[in-house]
Amino acid sequence: MLASAADEVEQSLYEVRKKIYARAVHGWFARWRWALIWLTQIVFYGLAWLPWNGRQAVLFDLAARKFYIFGYVFWPQDFIYLTGLLIISAYSLFLFTAIGGRLWCGYACPQTVYTEMFMWIERKIEGDRQRRMKLDAEPLSARKVMLKTAKHAVWIALALWTGFTFVGYFTPIRELSVHVASFDIGPWQGFWMLFYAFATYGNAGWMREQVCKYMCPYARFQGVMFDQDTMVVTYDTNRGDPRGARGRKVDAKAQGLGDCVDCTMCVQVCPTGIDIRDGLQYECIGCAACIDACDQVMDKMGYARGLIRYSTSNAVANGWDFRRMVRRVFRPRVLLYSAILAAIVGATVVSLYVRVPLKVDVLRDRASLMREVEDGQLENVYRLQIMNTQEVAHRYRITVTGLESLHVASEDEIDLPASASKQVPVRLRMDSVFADKGAHKIFIQVQAIDTPGIAAVEDSVFLIR
Amino acid sequence: MTDFVSGFWEFYVGIITLASVVGCWVLLQSQTTRRVKRSEVETTGHVWDGDLVELNNPLPNWWRWLYIITVVFALGYLVLFPGLGFFDGTLKWSSAQRYQNEQAHAEQTYGAIYAKYQQMPIEDVAADPAALAMGQNLYLNNCAQCHASDARGSKGFPNLADRDWLYGGDPKIIHQTIAAGRTGVMPPMGAALGGEGTRDVAHYVMSLSGLTHDSIRAARGRDKFAQNCAACHGADGRGNQMMGAPNLTDKIWLYGGSEATITETITKGRNNVMPAWKDFLGESKIHVLAAYIWSLSNEPGVREAAKAEALQPVPVKTGVN
Repeated sequence: MLASAADEVEQSLYEVRKKIYARAVHGWFARWRWALIWLTQIVFYGLAWLPWNGRQAVLFDLAARKFYIFGYVFWPQDFIYLTGLLIISAYSLFLFTAIGGRLWCGYACPQTVYTEMFMWIERKIEGDRQRRMKLDAEPLSARKVMLKTAKHAVWIALALWTGFTFVGYFTPIRELSVHVASFDIGPWQGFWMLFYAFATYGNAGWMREQVCKYMCPYARFQGVMFDQDTMVVTYDTNRGDPRGARGRKVDAKAQGLGDCVDCTMCVQVCPTGIDIRDGLQYECIGCAACIDACDQVMDKMGYARGLIRYSTSNAVANGWDFRRMVRRVFRPRVLLYSAILAAIVGATVVSLYVRVPLKVDVLRDRASLMREVEDGQLENVYRLQIMNTQEVAHRYRITVTGLESLHVASEDEIDLPASASKQVPVRLRMDSVFADKGAHKIFIQVQAIDTPGIAAVEDSVFLIR
Repeated sequence: MTDFVSGFWEFYVGIITLASVVGCWVLLQSQTTRRVKRSEVETTGHVWDGDLVELNNPLPNWWRWLYIITVVFALGYLVLFPGLGFFDGTLKWSSAQRYQNEQAHAEQTYGAIYAKYQQMPIEDVAADPAALAMGQNLYLNNCAQCHASDARGSKGFPNLADRDWLYGGDPKIIHQTIAAGRTGVMPPMGAALGGEGTRDVAHYVMSLSGLTHDSIRAARGRDKFAQNCAACHGADGRGNQMMGAPNLTDKIWLYGGSEATITETITKGRNNVMPAWKDFLGESKIHVLAAYIWSLSNEPGVREAAKAEALQPVPVKTGVN
């Protein structure tokens, strides 16, 4: 296949980003998004300030390796709960994506949430789409500089507050605020505050849809969870085409036109700059801004809503009504995701409920096998690592079972302060009369004297030679 | 890079590194545009299986800048740090230096604490709970492997929590034992005593601490003990802390108090080594450690606990079998 030079073009494998001026949108789905923005951000900005048990309610103390979440104190040994949380998050994503497409991306993802907040600020200062486009096209003027400076100043202020709040989950926020007020912060606190602020400002102010298009892995692999019955933002081609402008009084059918008036509102409101009428595209974050915009136009035209709507490939292809489409939500894939999700949530909740705030590790002394003490008793030595993970001091009693006459010969009551860990050498003894040579399985129990419910049993071996 | 014997390798490493960085740059520049056949749909020009083509989905331009930044970063790194074999980097960084810095930092942080204790007599250090906690950590990390977590030893490794000492329980002597180590030697007496003679001496030794013994053999062994053993263990068998000869009249046995074990000890002798810790731990840590060891048999709390234990049916005196 030889082509002459004239037939060939120099094609760039990189493109310069075209700035997107999304128009403000109002409607049912926009209200949902704002509701979720309020919810997530009140939690994010507010929770850090909530006191609990005389400390911060949610605090991840990395230096002390203790993670406080309301009444719970998690230690690194509780890592399994993080695994549980991640599995729950993953299965929720699978489930919601299989049912409703990229719901997470469109309504709850921090990238969407902060972009929405930053765009709101932008609109308040620079005006909506047309005025912003005009402003950017204008030559530099005092007014332009002032508006741009104001916008970036507010953005940076919000970003810094976000960075400050973020770090406030890892170091007590009240102390941190005092340090910040007096410009006396540690290098790492400073670094992470500025880094997170920079990421917020850069991603929500400048990068926006580029994050979803080129950086986010979830954006890409959610497409794999779609099927023919997944509800995604869809333009009804059968109803809308052929498109064309027309007067309100005109009978479009007679002119051979579909319902789409080709007003391009759906394109103007799109935060990723796509035309939903071209069909499902990987850039679509499922925010439904085009649905809200189109519904308003349809209302004005006196047409039925839903030219652009949440629909499935099957429903559009077969002309199903809403009820028929929704019935397909209960398909095996969705039921299976739901069952697994419910099982994992159940297991996590149950294990949190029965979780005992005490951890014990038994380390048998490796070099010292067995001692014979004077009256023919046999002795083994162990090291107990006792961790009191409750924010209350306890006194514990150590007992042992598994062999006749086996008992604790050293101090068997141990005091531990709140949230503390202690290594305790423990000597166990038994009468040689009952002894068979070999390794015997034994059980060492540690129990809080004041709260018998707090107990842990660990097994070990008692060696007799 | 003194790890390599030949200077060749320094250049081998350096040239490959530089060539890789430059190669990345060249590869990037050669892949920014492509000549393709003019067509309606933009493709990358790749064709598979005759008709399968790849649409051109261009990367954003800032992405290319990320590549360029990595190249610049690599070159900057190679100027500052020793990434090239023949060049140490302008910062003169080395892992050995970093280790020394951390050592110095630890010395600065903890040195003052140890220095404070070192000014105090060991007996006073033992009265400080914070010092004892430090001492216990030192003990668990360095000593517990042989002497056990509770410091009550095991066969061949003396109990440090009782009041019976091979070389003496004075704080200064404990300190010396840790710092310089000990070598305990009991020579083999089997050849000198003969089989029967050894058993006789063994029974005499058992009689010293009131163990069940054959009194005829013990009577025969008495003279042999005086001739062969008393030089070290003393005429009364109470041992000699100057040379680490154990007291044979108590119920504490380093290797075991059965007839078979005592016979074996006499016949074959014993060699025992406590290593010297002076170079590993240093003077100041040994000071704190000695205080901890001394406290095990002298601290008031321990004595009370032992008394309380004595009231229970479980016997108190724990010796090494």
